[in-house]
Amino acid sequence: MMDSIATSVVALAMVLSALFVVRAKNLVHAVLWLGISLAATAAFYGMQGASFLAGVQILTYVGGIVTLMIFGVMVTRRHEGSSVPSGHKNGFRALLTSLLFFGALAAAVQKTPLEPRPGAALQTTPELARALIDDYVLPFEVASLLLLAGIVGAVVIARRKDLETPATAEGRRAAMAEAHAARLAAMVTKETA
Amino acid sequence: MSSLSQFVLLAGVLFSIGLYGLMTRTHAIAMLLSIELMANAANVLFVVFAKAFGGAGQIFVLFALAITVAEVAVGLALVMLLYRRYDDTLLDLANEARE
Repeated sequence: MMDSIATSVVALAMVLSALFVVRAKNLVHAVLWLGISLAATAAFYGMQGASFLAGVQILTYVGGIVTLMIFGVMVTRRHEGSSVPSGHKNGFRALLTSLLFFGALAAAVQKTPLEPRPGAALQTTPELARALIDDYVLPFEVASLLLLAGIVGAVVIARRKDLETPATAEGRRAAMAEAHAARLAAMVTKETA
Repeated sequence: MSSLSQFVLLAGVLFSIGLYGLMTRTHAIAMLLSIELMANAANVLFVVFAKAFGGAGQIFVLFALAITVAEVAVGLALVMLLYRRYDDTLLDLANEARE
């Protein structure tokens, strides 16, 4: 009984904070609500008995992705100190589509007899570890490769072309001289002003 | 209604909310947030079904997490590129500028 109440509270927290994510006016608030929603999901995993996943969820989502998102919001905003509007358009059509989607899903769930298989249980953390380095070692390595490709891709995409260092020593020297001259000019204008 | 059906519906609600957000938001990072919600709903479903029927659902969630992290990194890089080029992060603006 206590258990089901706790699960209901956590589920409610997940849904409500998800609603705030899509409805918040200020983008920073939306990101923080996403963090709460993901933390509630971690709690849900813990209640289901997937404690390792709960930890991973906190570490990567709440610790990693939310921080990254906050950085993204901060770097790409134009006005210092002002709130970041997150934008809103065709609300009615979106509401209709998502309600229709949920209705179809609910109808399918109603029609399908979902009875848990007796004796089925989640893998424990040692079992997970063994599966990762045994049956799933190739996907594991591919995932690490994917992460590496993602990092390299992000750096290449976000790199500023105008700040690239020239390849030759000659070019580097010229660029340094140019930068020095620009600094000097800035100092001179500050002195005169 | 069994608790398994309720959990599937919970994941459905989360996914629908993400869908709604993806369609209404105009800011690129806000759209990324909605995509995160949808991916998270799929992960919830994996865990719920792994608990009810056994199998390697948790392993799938671990890989899905890795893919989501890569997706967010590349997505934010694209947002920065967008911001630098159009001085804004509204995707509609970039769409119009293309035409």
